[in-house]
Amino acid sequence: MLLGPSLVLSAILFGIGVIGAIVRRNAIVLFMCIELMLNAVNLSFVALANAHGFGGQVMVFFVMTVAAAEAAVGLAIILAIFRHTRSVDLKTMNLLQG
Amino acid sequence: MTEFVFYTLAIFAVVSAILCITQKSPVASALWLVSTMFALAGIYVLLNAQFIAAMQVLVYAGAVMVLFLFVIMLLNLSQEQSDIRRGLPVVVGVLVGAGFVSALLSLSGTSVAGLAARLAPGVPAGSPLDVLPGGQLQTAAAASNVVGAVAEPMFRTYLVPFEITSVLLLAAAVGAVVLAKRKL
Repeated sequence: MLLGPSLVLSAILFGIGVIGAIVRRNAIVLFMCIELMLNAVNLSFVALANAHGFGGQVMVFFVMTVAAAEAAVGLAIILAIFRHTRSVDLKTMNLLQG
Repeated sequence: MTEFVFYTLAIFAVVSAILCITQKSPVASALWLVSTMFALAGIYVLLNAQFIAAMQVLVYAGAVMVLFLFVIMLLNLSQEQSDIRRGLPVVVGVLVGAGFVSALLSLSGTSVAGLAARLAPGVPAGSPLDVLPGGQLQTAAAASNVVGAVAEPMFRTYLVPFEITSVLLLAAAVGAVVLAKRKL
Protein backbone atom coordinates (compact mmCIF):
# COMPACT_ATOMS: atom_id res chain seq x y z
CA MET A 1 0.00 0.00 0.00
CA LEU A 2 1.07 3.56 -0.66
CA LEU A 3 -0.23 5.07 2.60
CA GLY A 4 3.16 5.51 4.31
CA PRO A 5 5.04 6.98 1.33
CA SER A 6 2.09 9.29 0.58
CA LEU A 7 2.09 10.68 4.12
CA VAL A 8 5.87 11.21 3.96
CA LEU A 9 5.50 13.03 0.62
CA SER A 10 2.70 15.11 2.13
CA ALA A 11 4.93 16.09 5.07
CA ILE A 12 7.81 17.05 2.73
CA LEU A 13 5.55 19.18 0.52
CA PHE A 14 4.07 20.89 3.58
CA GLY A 15 7.58 21.66 4.84
CA ILE A 16 8.58 23.15 1.48
CA GLY A 17 5.43 25.30 1.62
CA VAL A 18 6.30 26.54 5.12
CA ILE A 19 9.87 27.39 4.08
CA GLY A 20 8.59 29.27 1.04
CA ALA A 21 6.02 31.21 3.08
CA ILE A 22 8.76 32.38 5.48
CA VAL A 23 11.51 33.04 2.95
CA ARG A 24 9.66 34.81 0.13
CA ARG A 25 8.67 38.49 0.34
CA ASN A 26 6.40 38.63 -2.70
CA ALA A 27 2.78 38.48 -1.48
CA ILE A 28 1.60 36.52 -4.52
CA VAL A 29 4.32 33.88 -4.12
CA LEU A 30 3.38 33.70 -0.43
CA PHE A 31 -0.14 32.84 -1.53
CA MET A 32 1.22 30.13 -3.82
CA CYS A 33 3.11 28.63 -0.87
CA ILE A 34 -0.16 28.53 1.09
CA GLU A 35 -1.76 26.70 -1.85
CA LEU A 36 1.16 24.27 -1.78
CA MET A 37 0.51 23.56 1.92
CA LEU A 38 -3.20 23.03 1.24
CA ASN A 39 -2.26 20.58 -1.52
CA ALA A 40 -0.01 18.67 0.85
CA VAL A 41 -2.87 18.33 3.32
CA ASN A 42 -5.16 17.20 0.49
CA LEU A 43 -2.66 14.48 -0.38
CA SER A 44 -2.74 13.09 3.15
CA PHE A 45 -6.57 13.21 3.12
CA VAL A 46 -6.66 11.22 -0.12
CA ALA A 47 -4.07 8.71 1.13
CA LEU A 48 -6.06 8.13 4.32
CA ALA A 49 -9.31 7.92 2.32
CA ASN A 50 -7.71 5.11 0.33
CA ALA A 51 -7.26 3.13 3.55
CA HIS A 52 -10.30 4.18 5.58
CA GLY A 53 -13.22 5.22 3.36
CA PHE A 54 -14.57 8.03 1.22
CA GLY A 55 -14.98 10.63 3.97
CA GLY A 56 -11.47 11.92 3.28
CA GLN A 57 -12.22 12.51 -0.39
CA VAL A 58 -15.29 14.56 0.54
CA MET A 59 -13.09 16.61 2.86
CA VAL A 60 -10.66 17.26 -0.02
CA PHE A 61 -13.60 18.61 -1.99
CA PHE A 62 -14.37 21.08 0.81
CA VAL A 63 -10.71 22.09 1.15
CA MET A 64 -10.58 22.82 -2.59
CA THR A 65 -13.70 25.00 -2.33
CA VAL A 66 -12.29 26.96 0.59
CA ALA A 67 -8.95 27.33 -1.21
CA ALA A 68 -10.66 28.73 -4.30
CA ALA A 69 -12.64 31.22 -2.18
CA GLU A 70 -9.50 32.17 -0.26
CA ALA A 71 -7.50 32.71 -3.45
CA ALA A 72 -10.22 34.96 -4.93
CA VAL A 73 -10.53 37.15 -1.82
CA GLY A 74 -6.79 37.18 -1.12
CA LEU A 75 -5.85 38.22 -4.64
CA ALA A 76 -8.48 40.96 -4.52
CA ILE A 77 -6.87 42.23 -1.29
CA ILE A 78 -3.42 42.13 -2.93
CA LEU A 79 -4.85 44.09 -5.87
CA ALA A 80 -6.27 46.72 -3.50
CA ILE A 81 -2.95 46.99 -1.63
CA PHE A 82 -1.05 47.30 -4.92
CA ARG A 83 -3.15 50.35 -5.82
CA HIS A 84 -2.02 52.04 -2.59
CA THR A 85 1.66 51.12 -2.39
CA ARG A 86 2.45 50.26 -6.08
CA SER A 87 4.17 47.12 -4.80
CA VAL A 88 3.36 43.62 -3.57
CA ASP A 89 6.52 43.41 -1.48
CA LEU A 90 5.70 42.47 2.11
CA LYS A 91 8.38 44.92 3.32
CA THR A 92 6.20 47.83 2.23
CA MET A 93 3.18 46.55 4.16
CA ASN A 94 4.15 47.92 7.58
CA LEU A 95 1.32 50.32 8.45
CA LEU A 96 0.56 48.47 11.69
CA GLN A 97 4.21 48.31 12.76
CA GLY A 98 3.99 51.33 15.06
CA MET B 1 4.85 -0.84 -11.43
CA THR B 2 2.47 1.24 -9.30
CA GLU B 3 5.28 2.01 -6.88
CA PHE B 4 7.61 3.03 -9.69
CA VAL B 5 5.00 5.48 -11.05
CA PHE B 6 4.33 6.76 -7.52
CA TYR B 7 7.99 7.47 -6.77
CA THR B 8 8.53 9.09 -10.17
CA LEU B 9 5.57 11.42 -9.58
CA ALA B 10 6.66 12.06 -5.98
CA ILE B 11 10.17 13.14 -7.02
CA PHE B 12 8.61 15.26 -9.78
CA ALA B 13 6.31 16.93 -7.24
CA VAL B 14 9.07 17.66 -4.71
CA VAL B 15 11.49 19.04 -7.33
CA SER B 16 8.74 21.22 -8.81
CA ALA B 17 7.79 22.49 -5.36
CA ILE B 18 11.41 23.40 -4.54
CA LEU B 19 11.75 25.19 -7.89
CA CYS B 20 8.44 26.97 -7.19
CA ILE B 21 9.75 28.58 -4.01
CA THR B 22 13.21 29.38 -5.42
CA GLN B 23 12.30 30.98 -8.77
CA LYS B 24 12.78 34.74 -8.95
CA SER B 25 9.91 35.44 -11.32
CA PRO B 26 6.36 34.96 -9.94
CA VAL B 27 5.20 33.61 -13.31
CA ALA B 28 7.83 30.86 -13.22
CA SER B 29 6.81 30.09 -9.64
CA ALA B 30 3.17 29.76 -10.69
CA LEU B 31 4.05 27.43 -13.57
CA TRP B 32 6.16 25.19 -11.32
CA LEU B 33 3.26 25.09 -8.87
CA VAL B 34 0.99 23.94 -11.71
CA SER B 35 3.53 21.19 -12.41
CA THR B 36 3.41 20.11 -8.73
CA MET B 37 -0.38 19.99 -8.90
CA PHE B 38 -0.33 17.80 -12.01
CA ALA B 39 2.04 15.37 -10.30
CA LEU B 40 -0.27 15.28 -7.28
CA ALA B 41 -3.24 14.59 -9.59
CA GLY B 42 -1.36 11.56 -10.91
CA ILE B 43 -0.75 10.38 -7.35
CA TYR B 44 -4.46 10.79 -6.57
CA VAL B 45 -5.26 8.41 -9.43
CA LEU B 46 -2.85 5.86 -7.95
CA LEU B 47 -4.67 6.27 -4.62
CA ASN B 48 -8.07 5.41 -6.20
CA ALA B 49 -9.31 9.01 -6.10
CA GLN B 50 -10.01 9.60 -9.79
CA PHE B 51 -12.75 12.16 -9.14
CA ILE B 52 -10.46 14.21 -6.90
CA ALA B 53 -7.69 13.98 -9.53
CA ALA B 54 -10.04 15.46 -12.14
CA MET B 55 -11.09 18.16 -9.67
CA GLN B 56 -7.43 18.92 -8.97
CA VAL B 57 -6.65 19.50 -12.63
CA LEU B 58 -9.85 21.45 -13.33
CA VAL B 59 -10.16 23.60 -10.21
CA TYR B 60 -6.60 23.97 -8.93
CA ALA B 61 -4.36 23.73 -11.98
CA GLY B 62 -7.08 25.28 -14.13
CA ALA B 63 -9.11 27.91 -12.33
CA VAL B 64 -7.07 28.92 -9.28
CA MET B 65 -3.71 29.09 -11.05
CA VAL B 66 -5.21 31.02 -13.99
CA LEU B 67 -6.50 33.52 -11.41
CA PHE B 68 -2.96 33.79 -10.00
CA LEU B 69 -1.46 34.32 -13.45
CA PHE B 70 -4.14 36.90 -14.28
CA VAL B 71 -3.27 38.92 -11.18
CA ILE B 72 0.50 38.63 -11.77
CA MET B 73 0.14 39.88 -15.33
CA LEU B 74 -2.45 42.53 -14.36
CA LEU B 75 -0.06 44.02 -11.80
CA ASN B 76 2.78 43.99 -14.37
CA LEU B 77 5.43 43.38 -11.73
CA SER B 78 8.83 44.40 -12.96
CA GLN B 79 11.16 42.60 -10.62
CA GLU B 80 14.80 42.92 -11.43
CA GLN B 81 16.00 42.07 -7.96
CA SER B 82 15.04 38.87 -6.19
CA ASP B 83 12.46 38.99 -3.41
CA ILE B 84 13.92 35.98 -1.59
CA ARG B 85 15.04 36.98 1.89
CA ARG B 86 18.69 36.51 2.84
CA GLY B 87 20.49 35.57 6.03
CA LEU B 88 18.55 34.91 9.22
CA PRO B 89 15.04 34.45 7.72
CA VAL B 90 16.35 31.62 5.51
CA VAL B 91 17.81 29.82 8.54
CA VAL B 92 14.60 30.34 10.51
CA GLY B 93 12.50 29.20 7.55
CA VAL B 94 14.48 26.02 7.00
CA LEU B 95 14.43 25.26 10.75
CA VAL B 96 10.66 25.77 11.03
CA GLY B 97 10.05 23.76 7.86
CA ALA B 98 12.27 20.92 9.04
CA GLY B 99 10.51 21.04 12.41
CA PHE B 100 7.12 20.68 10.74
CA VAL B 101 8.36 17.78 8.60
CA SER B 102 9.88 15.93 11.55
CA ALA B 103 6.76 16.51 13.65
CA LEU B 104 4.60 15.05 10.88
CA LEU B 105 7.01 12.15 10.29
CA SER B 106 7.05 11.31 14.00
CA LEU B 107 3.32 10.60 13.66
CA SER B 108 4.01 7.83 11.16
CA GLY B 109 4.53 5.36 13.97
CA THR B 110 0.98 5.78 15.26
CA SER B 111 -1.85 3.91 13.57
CA VAL B 112 -4.80 5.91 12.30
CA ALA B 113 -7.28 3.85 14.30
CA GLY B 114 -5.31 4.43 17.50
CA LEU B 115 -5.06 8.15 16.81
CA ALA B 116 -8.81 8.37 16.15
CA ALA B 117 -9.55 6.47 19.36
CA ARG B 118 -7.35 8.90 21.30
CA LEU B 119 -8.65 12.12 19.71
CA ALA B 120 -12.36 11.22 19.54
CA PRO B 121 -12.97 8.40 22.02
CA GLY B 122 -16.76 8.58 21.80
CA VAL B 123 -17.06 7.76 18.09
CA PRO B 124 -18.15 4.16 17.48
CA ALA B 125 -16.66 2.18 14.61
CA GLY B 126 -19.67 2.26 12.29
CA SER B 127 -20.45 6.00 12.58
CA PRO B 128 -20.60 8.41 9.63
CA LEU B 129 -17.13 9.65 10.60
CA ASP B 130 -15.82 6.25 9.53
CA VAL B 131 -17.83 5.68 6.37
CA LEU B 132 -16.03 2.64 5.01
CA PRO B 133 -13.88 1.00 7.65
CA GLY B 134 -10.83 -0.89 6.55
CA GLY B 135 -9.90 -1.24 2.89
CA GLN B 136 -13.34 -1.77 1.29
CA LEU B 137 -12.75 1.20 -0.98
CA GLN B 138 -11.98 -0.65 -4.19
CA THR B 139 -15.00 -2.93 -3.87
CA ALA B 140 -17.28 0.03 -3.15
CA ALA B 141 -15.83 1.98 -6.08
CA ALA B 142 -16.33 -1.04 -8.33
CA ALA B 143 -19.93 -1.55 -7.17
CA SER B 144 -21.09 1.97 -7.97
CA ASN B 145 -18.89 3.94 -10.34
CA VAL B 146 -16.10 6.23 -9.12
CA VAL B 147 -18.13 9.45 -8.89
CA GLY B 148 -21.14 7.69 -7.40
CA ALA B 149 -19.02 6.31 -4.57
CA VAL B 150 -17.91 9.85 -3.63
CA ALA B 151 -21.39 11.30 -4.13
CA GLU B 152 -22.89 8.87 -1.62
CA PRO B 153 -21.25 10.36 1.51
CA MET B 154 -21.18 13.87 0.03
CA PHE B 155 -24.95 14.10 -0.46
CA ARG B 156 -25.98 12.06 2.57
CA THR B 157 -23.61 12.44 5.52
CA TYR B 158 -22.12 15.77 4.45
CA LEU B 159 -25.18 17.36 2.81
CA VAL B 160 -25.40 20.39 5.14
CA PRO B 161 -21.69 21.31 4.84
CA PHE B 162 -22.03 20.93 1.07
CA GLU B 163 -24.89 23.44 0.99
CA ILE B 164 -23.04 25.84 3.31
CA THR B 165 -20.15 25.72 0.82
CA SER B 166 -22.36 27.42 -1.77
CA VAL B 167 -23.00 30.30 0.64
CA LEU B 168 -19.23 30.56 1.21
CA LEU B 169 -18.56 30.75 -2.53
CA LEU B 170 -21.22 33.43 -2.97
CA ALA B 171 -19.72 35.48 -0.13
CA ALA B 172 -16.22 35.08 -1.62
CA ALA B 173 -17.37 36.14 -5.08
CA VAL B 174 -19.17 39.23 -3.75
CA GLY B 175 -16.23 40.04 -1.45
CA ALA B 176 -13.69 39.77 -4.24
CA VAL B 177 -15.69 42.15 -6.44
CA VAL B 178 -16.14 44.64 -3.61
CA LEU B 179 -12.43 44.57 -2.72
CA ALA B 180 -11.08 44.77 -6.24
CA LYS B 181 -13.42 47.45 -7.58
CA ARG B 182 -12.07 50.99 -7.64
CA LYS B 183 -15.35 52.76 -6.94
CA LEU B 184 -18.61 51.13 -5.93
